[in-house]
Amino acid sequence: MGVSLTKAAQWTSSGTGKLELTPMNESLLKEVLRSVEQLVSRHPQEAEHVFEEPLHWSTTLVASDFKTDYDISEFNVQSHEKDSEGQPLLRLSPPTVYVRSFSQLSKLVHLAADKKLEEARTCLEENRDAVVKILGPRFADILEREDTQTDPVDEDTAKDSEVKVKLFRLLQNMDRQLLSKLLEEISEQVRLDPAAANNDVESLKQFCSGGDERVLKSVRYTSDYEFSNGCRAPPWRQVHGEICYLIIEPCDTEDLHITCSTAGVYLNAGIKQEGAESGYERTSDTYTDLLTLLKSRSPYFAEHINKQMPKKDMTSKPQKSQQLPSTQKTQQRKSVQMEEQGQPQRSQPGGKKYEPSPRWSNQGLVSPCGKVEENNPGQKKKQATGAKSKMKAEFSLSSLPGRMTPQKSKTPAGAMTGELSSDSSTESEDEELSDRRLQIKTEQSPDYWQIYKLLKFLKRGDQTATVLCLCALLDLNLMQEGCQLDIWDIGGIEVLLNLLDSDEVKCQIGSLKVLRKISHNMLICQTILDMDGLQSIVKILDRPYKDLKALAAETIANVARFRKARTTVRRCGGIRKLVKLLDCVPNLANMSPNQEKDVEVAHCGVLALWSCSKCNRNKEAIRVAGGIPLLGRLLKSPDVNMLIPVVGTLQECASEECYRIAIKTEGMIKDLVKNLSSDNNELQMHCASAIFKCAEDKQTSDLVRKYNGLEPLVSLLGKANDKKLLAAATGAIWKCSICKKNVAKFQEHKALESLISLLTDQPIDVLVNVVGAMGEFAKVAANRGIIRKCKGIKPLINLLTETNQALLVNVTKTVGACAIDRDNMTVISQLDGVRFVWSLLKNSSTDVQASAAWALCPCIENAKDAGEIVRSLVGGLELIVNLLKSTNNEVLASICAAISKIAKNKENLAVLTDHDVVPLLAKLTNTTDDRLCLHLAEAIGHCCMWDGNKASFGEAGVVAPLVDYLKSHDSTVHYHTTMALYQLSKDPNNCITMNEKGVVKPLILIMGSDDEKLQDAAAGCVRNIRLQALAGKITAPKKFSVGTAKSCGKRL
Amino acid sequence: MSQMTAMKRKSLQTLAETLSKQVQHFSKTEVEGLIGLYHELLGESAAQGRGVTGLDRSRFRTLLYNMFGMTDDMIMDGVFRTFDKDNDSFVNEKEWIEGLCIFLRGTLDEKIKYCFNVYDLNSDNYISREEMFQMLKDSLIRQPSEEDPDEGVKELVEMTLKKMDYDHDGRLSFDDFKKAVKEENLLLEAFGTCLPDATNIEKFEQQVFQKQVKP
Repeated sequence: MGVSLTKAAQWTSSGTGKLELTPMNESLLKEVLRSVEQLVSRHPQEAEHVFEEPLHWSTTLVASDFKTDYDISEFNVQSHEKDSEGQPLLRLSPPTVYVRSFSQLSKLVHLAADKKLEEARTCLEENRDAVVKILGPRFADILEREDTQTDPVDEDTAKDSEVKVKLFRLLQNMDRQLLSKLLEEISEQVRLDPAAANNDVESLKQFCSGGDERVLKSVRYTSDYEFSNGCRAPPWRQVHGEICYLIIEPCDTEDLHITCSTAGVYLNAGIKQEGAESGYERTSDTYTDLLTLLKSRSPYFAEHINKQMPKKDMTSKPQKSQQLPSTQKTQQRKSVQMEEQGQPQRSQPGGKKYEPSPRWSNQGLVSPCGKVEENNPGQKKKQATGAKSKMKAEFSLSSLPGRMTPQKSKTPAGAMTGELSSDSSTESEDEELSDRRLQIKTEQSPDYWQIYKLLKFLKRGDQTATVLCLCALLDLNLMQEGCQLDIWDIGGIEVLLNLLDSDEVKCQIGSLKVLRKISHNMLICQTILDMDGLQSIVKILDRPYKDLKALAAETIANVARFRKARTTVRRCGGIRKLVKLLDCVPNLANMSPNQEKDVEVAHCGVLALWSCSKCNRNKEAIRVAGGIPLLGRLLKSPDVNMLIPVVGTLQECASEECYRIAIKTEGMIKDLVKNLSSDNNELQMHCASAIFKCAEDKQTSDLVRKYNGLEPLVSLLGKANDKKLLAAATGAIWKCSICKKNVAKFQEHKALESLISLLTDQPIDVLVNVVGAMGEFAKVAANRGIIRKCKGIKPLINLLTETNQALLVNVTKTVGACAIDRDNMTVISQLDGVRFVWSLLKNSSTDVQASAAWALCPCIENAKDAGEIVRSLVGGLELIVNLLKSTNNEVLASICAAISKIAKNKENLAVLTDHDVVPLLAKLTNTTDDRLCLHLAEAIGHCCMWDGNKASFGEAGVVAPLVDYLKSHDSTVHYHTTMALYQLSKDPNNCITMNEKGVVKPLILIMGSDDEKLQDAAAGCVRNIRLQALAGKITAPKKFSVGTAKSCGKRL
Repeated sequence: MSQMTAMKRKSLQTLAETLSKQVQHFSKTEVEGLIGLYHELLGESAAQGRGVTGLDRSRFRTLLYNMFGMTDDMIMDGVFRTFDKDNDSFVNEKEWIEGLCIFLRGTLDEKIKYCFNVYDLNSDNYISREEMFQMLKDSLIRQPSEEDPDEGVKELVEMTLKKMDYDHDGRLSFDDFKKAVKEENLLLEAFGTCLPDATNIEKFEQQVFQKQVKP
């Protein structure tokens, strides 16, 4: 009683010592009353015990309420019962009543009848130290200490009566019962959490819109600041379970100041400013959610909300599907999961839709919208299972009697709730996992009790019994999810992991055999990780038993499917140990059983490494541990089952430069090529994928050709059913075709024709590779014709409307390459290809922008009526000029290149000039990027063809930096710069600047070039400067010697 | 005296030669080493009298305990019984070598046969429910709360029987046992440890064979 009163009862915080009017306190009081009555009836002797001090409180009872057994005189009342000294055990002198025994207490309660709750409340309020009064201070101390282990009563027995001890025990029992009752009560209450509260608020906000139809004027938080745990209440209030405060403006009544707390929502006294503690005081009953509170406070809201709810439901999820009855949770769980994995975009497109939480539908709303709900499950399963199963998860372990919950803090449910809030920013797979964890099982499989029994035996059996139980466990269908979850549920994971730490080989083997199977379940993997099981498993890799090593490695392979687990394996030295397992000779003709065992161990080791290799630092760790040569040796194995994980690991690791080099130098290409011709699709896929990742390197792709790998790659194109294989094969072809010799070889096997046939109805990753490869093929003139003849252009152009950026980059590249062929260009123009490419300049990705601009160059160059086409694109020229404001050099270079092509058409150049192309180009001249310099110079040169532009460029300060471009080491930069300078020199002012910058000397060097056009331009430029000098506008520079001038003159 | 030992050594060698031909897994020198150990174990009693025909039960059990860490009386008796093929309560040299051959280096099939014999307490070629119960009765830690302390063991027996009794006659025949073990190797020592583990084997072989190699 002591503990429950001090700890469990909810006292008002203001310090007046009142019991709050909460339902919980009410039930507490009822319990107290019941216990008092019980005590009197069951233990009459103890009930007679006289209290050390009377309990006294101001009662509402008056003398007339008392009947027989009492001496009644006017207002005062005395009981007939007296203690040994003749004092009455009950005395009433209004308004105070003094009671000195439980029997009197119970009689009084009886008399009070329907006022007994009131009485009990005041009694407890005014006797906060009730226990002290009943038993005296010494006993009370013991009781409060909660220390039931030590039995301090013994020494006291001598002095105190036995009755007192008994009474003390009874009170202690009572206390315990009270607490457990309250616990039950608490766990039944609907608990809000910040996410749910937030969700509810957001949905309420939806009701604030809608003009006349709105049911609320406004909903707002008192604070915009949200703590990391999702609460908005200040921390010192959060300890009371408060989440946030709201001010809701209903249509019909005054503002409502509302507190959302974990126990429910209620009105507060109005929080004006932080620090004024009184504002937090509860002033209304507690409601389970906002909706009920609002309905009780605002009649207008209550009336209109029922009409709105179904409508909102309809809009938020128009989809129709059958609502499953809750008893079929297990199946529902699966279907939800599949749905989420299958189409993840659907649940979170663009604008977030907030759905009312499922609890709302339980709050009386079911009747008006029940019909709707039947064919339209409004709040869809996702949320329903989310919220409901979460609640289940929180209570399942504590409320289910008879289940073992070893190490509470480590049980997955504990870990789960803890991580729910913190672990949201990790990889998608992790998110998936936590989603999965929400779907806590609600049903038991038929084997539940069998598993329960076995695990019980496992805990108390010796080695022999343990092995027998593990064997029996293995007989169950451990691959079945129900079974896996049962084992998890009963706490089996911990038992199994404990067995791993024992020294008994057979127990370890048995345990790993079970773990290896159940670890196909992600939830169990997570639990193994949480319980530090991976460390134990990794440790087993050191044991000298091969069976054990193999099993441990296989289990690691299963568990290390998510990032955290992979990191853990590395951290506890697992990678090094796993690499050690690979040491065997896989391709012996006759293997002894021992060697066979080694190979088997190596196989499991590779499986584990494969799982681990999906993380970059593990790749590095594998390399450091010397894994690459060992993998190379295993690559020679004749066994497909061995090869798949080996090649899988290699191709996974080939994302790292050092692996690519190793694959090349350690001669693995030969084996990879050999296995391209395997009859196992998965192996072929991994081999092709490895080549895909490596073949960008020239030597590697030469090696592929040398080992005749190109032909099998082409033949893989025939396996159009296996999309993964197809993606890998086309990728490998793409990267190999970067080398011209390979393209020729490919064409011997008609690769291009096969590729073109793959342009339609393929998944994106296949298309990206196919188009990429075609782009490389199209660099060879003959192939451009083939593409046209095989009707490849149309599907290509169609792909320009896709959204995948990698694909768009490749498609534009290929279209650009095709456009070099004039006949192709005719087709492209007919299909309106230029417009499609042009519109991609608007794409958000700079890669796509640049690639599209590059593609435009040949298009404009080769289209018959290019000027016309360009002009017909409304806003096209403006768009392209604006892209000169980009910050990406590649984009700038490509746009400059495109502009120089466009500017060849006078009319278009005029439009470009109107759109201020000159100052934009001028701004870019400070660059040092050779590639940009080149195209910039080209663009400037071409834009000078519009008369006024020459002077404008000069005024914009283009000349000086352009002269500096001549210092570049790139001859093509010289070419275009000279061309531009020549054009610019036609303006006299520019000549002056050029001369000042000392342009003549480098120009004279350029005149020595073999290219006549270049010679002409350089000489022309010098001539223009010279003319200005002759006209007296500038003084000829000293270095401008007569001899060289003459030589110029000659050429002119 | 030296003549005696010379003679003895010679007879030992011939014996070793014949025996090593009969068993698969030991070389001649290894057999010699094992016979050496055998005589060492016989020790004084061999030197004293004629009446002794081999290792008796208690000596044999001491060996199992010291060398291989076995503790279960019933299982140790079973091992002895299995070694002592002619049932004369002594393990003679031949039985010793043949027994150890399987004990230390037996193939799976040999071990299955051996284990079955160990577990077949009354040598009737079946492991009955009662025998299982006998062997497993101490395998679970008793819980004071249980009304029938043997209930757990009974359940364990029923479970095992259900798993291994393929012909459903309520007892394990050799075929049942063999089939179950082949399917799940862990069941080889289903009713108690009767084979040494790898580390003990290594230790034992090192001790016996290396010592004998020297002279």
